[in-house]
Amino acid sequence: MLDADFFRRWLSAAAAAVNREADHLTELDSAIGDADHGSNLQRGFAAVTAVLEKEAPQTPGAVLTLAGRQLISTVGGASGPLYGTLLRRTGKALGDAAEVTPGQLAEALRAGVAAVAQLGGAKAGDKTMLDALEPAVEALGESTASFAAAREAAEQGALATVPLQARKGRASYLGERSIGHQDPGATSSALLVATLAEVAS
Amino acid sequence: MSRGSLGDGGKLVGIVLVSHSAQVAAAVADLAEGLAGGGTTAPVAPAGGTPDGGLGTSSELITEAARAVDQGAGVAVLVDLGSAVLTVKTLLAEGDELPDGTRLVDAPFVEGAIAAVVTASAGGDLDAVVAAASEAYDYRKA
Repeated sequence: MLDADFFRRWLSAAAAAVNREADHLTELDSAIGDADHGSNLQRGFAAVTAVLEKEAPQTPGAVLTLAGRQLISTVGGASGPLYGTLLRRTGKALGDAAEVTPGQLAEALRAGVAAVAQLGGAKAGDKTMLDALEPAVEALGESTASFAAAREAAEQGALATVPLQARKGRASYLGERSIGHQDPGATSSALLVATLAEVAS
Repeated sequence: MSRGSLGDGGKLVGIVLVSHSAQVAAAVADLAEGLAGGGTTAPVAPAGGTPDGGLGTSSELITEAARAVDQGAGVAVLVDLGSAVLTVKTLLAEGDELPDGTRLVDAPFVEGAIAAVVTASAGGDLDAVVAAASEAYDYRKA
């Protein structure tokens, strides 16, 4: 069973991973975006860590909705509302249970990812974070949740964005010149799924 | 006030202008108010850039601006691109972040802002303001 502490550890590991990889994410974003993905997420996750310490929410759903709200209000770029929506919708889907099963988390994440797709009007293959998130929730499954499989699927999904042409966001203005670069959003999504797998193992 | 389809007891629709740049949002607000001049002007508030003066979108500046222009007749929000669009959509989906009757307008930023402010200043209701701003897309320039 996964409790509020599990989700706090996930988000704190995610903040550390974003810190570690910030330069790499910004480098990817300087090729096809506006070169702020790493620093934006760093600011957002630092704020998430701070608010979780201060308010200490007691259920998995409350941890995720509070974290999502914080990302929406502090990131400043498109990844704020997108990741914020992912966490908030996942948190709301978990309700106010004190503990959840991995299968319940998988189902809630599926709802969160669907909300991201709806918000951005994007689908898999558009060279966005969905290229990592959709295969991850597929691999996670609903009955026999496998975090390791989700991690692998997200990483493969992020790598698979390299040959794609961007159809959403700032990168889409580049047309064919967006081909050959790994999508920064899919890369940060794979990072978040990887930290989830780490904390779950 | 005697012009237009006055909505709710003389209350005017508020306009929020969300840009990645504080200067762009403020300048478009000035432009729209200037062109709507000659009488009562509807409340307009820019929400540009991040609170520290950088380029980007701030949900806090947007909610503050929306509350500042809300007279009870609705608030029309015009946005430039990317995170401005997504942040307003997200705030609307949350339900309780923006005043009742707040609407994201699908319109070109500058031309839409002018149409919205002129229409709101003439006493148009929220539907009229949204329609006027959206119609700015139909005006071809070449």
